[in-house]
Amino acid sequence: MTVTAGASEARARPVQVWLIVWASALAAVLVVFLLQDSLPWAVNYPASAIVPVADWVGALMGWIKSNLSWLTRSITAVLGVPLDFALNLLAKNFKIGHGADAYVLPRLSWVGVCAAAFLAGHAAGGRKLGMLVGGCFLYIALFGQWTSAMLTLALISIAVPFCIVTGLFAGIWAWRKPWAERLIVSPALDLMQTIPTFAYLIPMLLLFGNSPVSAMIATAIFATPPMVRATMLGLSRVPSEIDDFSEMAGCTARQKLWRVLLPSARPTLMVGVNQVIMLALNMVIIASMIGAGGLGYDVLLALRALKVGEAMEAGLAIVALAIALDRLSQAIAHKQAMGHVHREVSPSFWRRYPNLTLAIAILVVTTLLGLFVPAFAAVPKAITFTTAPLWKAAVNWITINFFDTIEAFRVALILNVLNPLRAFCEGFPWLGAVCLLGLAGYQLSGLRLAALVAALTAFCAVTGLWEKTMATVYLCGISAFIACLIGIPIGLMASRSDRFEKIVTPIIDTLQVLPSFCFIIPVVMLFRVGDVTAMIATVAFAVVPAIRYTNHGIRQVPPALIEAAKVSGCTPRQTFFRVQLPLALPEIMLGVNQTILMALAMIIICAMVGTRDLGQEVFIALSKADSGRGIVAGLAIAFIGIVADRLFNSWTAKARARLG
Amino acid sequence: MTDRTEQAPTQPGKDARPIKLACRNVWKLFGSNAANFIRERDGKASMADVTAAGLVGAVRAVDLEIRQGEIFIIMGLSGSGKSTLVRCMSRLVEPTHGKVEFEGNDLLKISDAALIELRRHRMGMVFQNFALLPHLNVLENIAFPLSIQGQDRPTREARAREVIELVGLRGREHFYPRELSGGQQQRVGIARSLATKPEIWFLDEPFSALDPLIRREMQDELMRLQTMLHKTIVFITHDFDEAIRLADRIAIMKDGEVIQIGTPEELVVNPATDYVAEFTRDVDRAKVISARSLMRACDGTEHGGTVAPDAKIASFSAEIVSAGKPFAVVNGTGKPIGEVTPQAVIDLLAGIDRSRAGA
Repeated sequence: MTVTAGASEARARPVQVWLIVWASALAAVLVVFLLQDSLPWAVNYPASAIVPVADWVGALMGWIKSNLSWLTRSITAVLGVPLDFALNLLAKNFKIGHGADAYVLPRLSWVGVCAAAFLAGHAAGGRKLGMLVGGCFLYIALFGQWTSAMLTLALISIAVPFCIVTGLFAGIWAWRKPWAERLIVSPALDLMQTIPTFAYLIPMLLLFGNSPVSAMIATAIFATPPMVRATMLGLSRVPSEIDDFSEMAGCTARQKLWRVLLPSARPTLMVGVNQVIMLALNMVIIASMIGAGGLGYDVLLALRALKVGEAMEAGLAIVALAIALDRLSQAIAHKQAMGHVHREVSPSFWRRYPNLTLAIAILVVTTLLGLFVPAFAAVPKAITFTTAPLWKAAVNWITINFFDTIEAFRVALILNVLNPLRAFCEGFPWLGAVCLLGLAGYQLSGLRLAALVAALTAFCAVTGLWEKTMATVYLCGISAFIACLIGIPIGLMASRSDRFEKIVTPIIDTLQVLPSFCFIIPVVMLFRVGDVTAMIATVAFAVVPAIRYTNHGIRQVPPALIEAAKVSGCTPRQTFFRVQLPLALPEIMLGVNQTILMALAMIIICAMVGTRDLGQEVFIALSKADSGRGIVAGLAIAFIGIVADRLFNSWTAKARARLG
Repeated sequence: MTDRTEQAPTQPGKDARPIKLACRNVWKLFGSNAANFIRERDGKASMADVTAAGLVGAVRAVDLEIRQGEIFIIMGLSGSGKSTLVRCMSRLVEPTHGKVEFEGNDLLKISDAALIELRRHRMGMVFQNFALLPHLNVLENIAFPLSIQGQDRPTREARAREVIELVGLRGREHFYPRELSGGQQQRVGIARSLATKPEIWFLDEPFSALDPLIRREMQDELMRLQTMLHKTIVFITHDFDEAIRLADRIAIMKDGEVIQIGTPEELVVNPATDYVAEFTRDVDRAKVISARSLMRACDGTEHGGTVAPDAKIASFSAEIVSAGKPFAVVNGTGKPIGEVTPQAVIDLLAGIDRSRAGA
């Protein structure tokens, strides 16, 4: 007995030590905060000691711009060729020759594109999917968004193959060379996905100018990471026996990769492709700020002019496009995963690919008809609708009838919750934050994580962005907190009721595919600009992972354990709280982690509705084309994300290890 | 069949046939600096040494010779290193120490190009979980190793159809792997490995993922193919009954070491260790033990019949018991070399061990 007691004492002691350490650390921070008159440098980073990283980066970018313009210009020229082709094909018409007597070759007819969309859906997932995809395109046409939507689609259709090829090769390289994965690819991917979308635009704007090409490059960079990850994952998941088989069949290294491993990994790769498409759509919308044009630009213009009706219309067209692309690529991925079904081989092309042949035929015929019948070339005004006045009326009605309620809610939220929190965060001593986060890193993983976390936090202070960083943390923190407060209970309910899950799943699926821009529009209509709008839009955007992971976490608890709990006489309540919830906790925390990262990404975009944080810093830098300022602020945002992500991940890993 | 056929085995266990594949003191150790560890000790180390050095000994000091045309079974429980050993033999896993000789040439010394050539034309392998390519149909899967070699479509598809016929999958050419049952999938795996006409055939637990009934059927199928093709077969299994059914010789592995190599009969009659005896305890001895093991010198009593020395007891037990007289054991020329008494057969069937003690 003495041995056992000694052991448990030894196990208990570290916990108490940490308790004391944390208590004294918090006390120290409090002391610093109270003594801020005598220790001002510890609370507010002294302006004289700010490292002018922004200036350095700006100078570097300036140097690149002036010395490498031949390179950037030739890249623009080369990439411009396929892009122009796609833009002309889908949206703009080809012009051969110059001036008034130029011969115009028409763009693809909208009728043909809608029919092709239907056939693509039909081929990938049956008639129902065909109706959905075709319907989405028809919606876009009938609501007068055709040209803008096709501009957006053209950019995506060029950026996506580029992302897929680059991602595939980068993934293969990382898979072959573990050192490359550890030292180059993984850190690069982390950074690429945590740097806010806005921050991508600045260097692109500087290097490639305000043009569709720079929008496309920004999109390509932003949307590539999931393809790299999917490639690495897919290749590493190929069963070792298939690997062995390829060796025994006498494959050369190249044959093995291209003929065995990659085809075997195809289902995973297709999931990557789906993600690439959705991210590309998201980014193309945002890249409208640097000349992408298309639907995003319509939204941007309408929002700037506070024309909520127009913004809503363009926003809905984005939604339609997003749903069509997502469902279509998911159906294809699903088909890949389910494997092939044998059928009679027939020699002729059109018999083997009836949908494709038909689609091409319809496209050619309708486009040629468009030369003679204008209704085929452009959507006739007579059959288009506009809902803008309707939305405007709806907003007016709400404003007239509920203005007081909404306003009271908004003011109360600002006065009682947001402002005090903001004051607390912005007044938080930077040195204290560095130390506390470092301490957390040390406790969770060790010295390396502590050093990383402390260094990244210190970067935000040293570059003179401390107050803005904390403003971001405050808004992101409260949004993520509310998102979890809403999302986790919904996830719990969904995990306990199949019927509820059936209702929730399509909603969160749709929320997930919507580009971040779309969340801002309806909220702005009701709450105008400000922190409350940003917060609500962010909560709506970031709630999805909290729901999804919670539901999944609870549901994946092995049934044998639940049966064991029941047999031991647990009430349903006890089973839930003592067995399912603890086991699902790591998964739920993963969802919380995702929620935080998504909230961070969204908060930055909310700079458009007048927040005063790092996002605004990037936004201002973007409008002034001040690359140094923008990149440093972007890095600071990325670092917030990385700090949160690393701390959460090591916590989750620890919890997982404990559960075995 | 256009397969390269070899002389059918006449007498398993006799040294008449050339050695096809041999392992000479093969080691596979996992852990840092494993190669130096075993080189410094000149290829000799005990289990305790390996463990003390912080290494894991997956395969330790394996010596074995596989003769042309025999079915050589490596049998061991999971974690005994049998899969690693067979992968050392095909160089899917690089051994830490020792030699693997293919027809007398050290496999570990040949170039990558030569290894690819060897695998393309002379080795075949069948896997436990089939390892079929999900994106190809049956015909394409089977023709795949040929297409890797650069054969044109008509040639390789003609050959693929031949082996499809051989394993009885006609009519399924255009099915995809997931549309087939486990047994059918493994038939595809077998056909695919035979398409290149290999000389040595590695079967890595080929039937372990199948239901018992299908497993039995596939074992019969394998025996049928072997009587036609006479491949040199290295067969991995964890199922001793399967080993007994199929083997010419069996190597029993435990903790990375080969404990005993012998015919099923030798293992049953003379188990080297208690561990081997444990496996053989429940074996139906009459099906394993041959007349030769049970015979004694003729003592002049009248014989009720004759049997060959290789005949299993089960094949004549009913006759000898009903005849009530000893049977003469005669060699190829018809000359008696001994006799088997009914009592010895009855004792064997009853599981009484005194007959062997008296022999």
